[in-house]
Amino acid sequence: MGIPIRVMVNGQLESLQVEPDESLLAMLRERLDLTGAKEGCNEGECGACVVLLDGKAVNACLVLAAEADGREVTTIEGLGRAGALHPLQRAFLAHQAVQCGFCTPGMVMTAAALLRENPDPSEAEIRTALSGNLCRCTGYRQILDAVLTAAKEMRAAGERSPR
Amino acid sequence: MRRILEYQKARSIDEALALWREAPSARYLAGGTDLLPRARAGGASPGRLVDIKGIPELAAIEELPSGDIAIGAAVSVAAVAAHPAVRRRFPALALCASALGSYPLRHRATVAGNICNASPCADTAAALLCLDAYVRCASPSGTRRISIHEWFLGPGQTSLAPGELAVAVELPAAAAGGRAELGRISRRQGVDIATVAVLLVAVPGADRRHRVAMLSVAPTPRRVPEAEDLLDRMGASAAAQAAQAAMSAAQPIDDVRGSAAYRREMVGVLLQRAARALGAD
Repeated sequence: MGIPIRVMVNGQLESLQVEPDESLLAMLRERLDLTGAKEGCNEGECGACVVLLDGKAVNACLVLAAEADGREVTTIEGLGRAGALHPLQRAFLAHQAVQCGFCTPGMVMTAAALLRENPDPSEAEIRTALSGNLCRCTGYRQILDAVLTAAKEMRAAGERSPR
Repeated sequence: MRRILEYQKARSIDEALALWREAPSARYLAGGTDLLPRARAGGASPGRLVDIKGIPELAAIEELPSGDIAIGAAVSVAAVAAHPAVRRRFPALALCASALGSYPLRHRATVAGNICNASPCADTAAALLCLDAYVRCASPSGTRRISIHEWFLGPGQTSLAPGELAVAVELPAAAAGGRAELGRISRRQGVDIATVAVLLVAVPGADRRHRVAMLSVAPTPRRVPEAEDLLDRMGASAAAQAAQAAMSAAQPIDDVRGSAAYRREMVGVLLQRAARALGAD
């Protein structure tokens, strides 16, 4: 029995029929081919699936697709695009804050939500916000530096992270 | 096998109660951060989930004329931790709410859900116990308030009746204005549940000036009047004795996160540290 929902994903209105046990993560990946958000643990422990729901960072594996009805979702695909990357995406590249890349979309989306709330976070505040995002490759130093750099750049540009 | 067969979004408390009565294995869904992983993992299938996040009166933090604050059951832990009046008047709850889970989890998890889940490690329970909170509950027979001290019956067990819905957590004005110190040990700082935690709240002028709660060392989150008595009578000089009293009151178990002996020892260490930090007097 499908549940009809209407959800704004990356600025585009989607009308879908979803299953009652379907996660927002499965909906994004399998129905909409938005495979940026990753399935790591599927129980809210790893942060690889973080997306923005009405501008707040959430674990997409812990949200039912049906719960997204009438809401706005932003995934990594909606944050920037080729040729016009978001400052966080540019900073992750510049600092080589990526190794295998599996955790990166979740890291970037969590950081994007943080910078919307707090454009000038201390390193400790960044660490707290990212503590639910696991990286098993790089260590976190480059990631912290990338977020600090992006925050500085965004403040200088006076621009706000898009939803 | 499909474990969640039906999703229903309630628009009112009455509708939520009616949706449960139609399917008594149903579960009320707030943040879902505990419920969804468990529903997927096994055990009894809930079949129907009744989402309560669309019920307007459950979505707000309300400051009542009495000075009490009522936190709706659908309010996120992040919203509680950031709420100016909660931070100013009930810092113990803001502190425990900030310690729960991770930044994204706190945007979904709710205080009501945290105590309905009734884990011995429920972070917000430590604060609610110290603040003598009440849980407002709705059922077809009406509304009642349950003291947090009568709420926890065992791991995963509360005094909610089948189908009864927690609608708000109430913080009484009598416990406002204190200071709080949380000692929390976990394997990593983010996400992981507390291996052991101790909350000390000092409420100057209250009948009970020192309040102590501990997590993950008993079948339920637990207040520690044995330690409070000593701190109230003798102040900071009794910190070591209060620590001993808390260690005696603890009933920890061995598990993957720590041994019972370690937990018991840490209860004493954390309480002494907290007493020192607050300058208990």
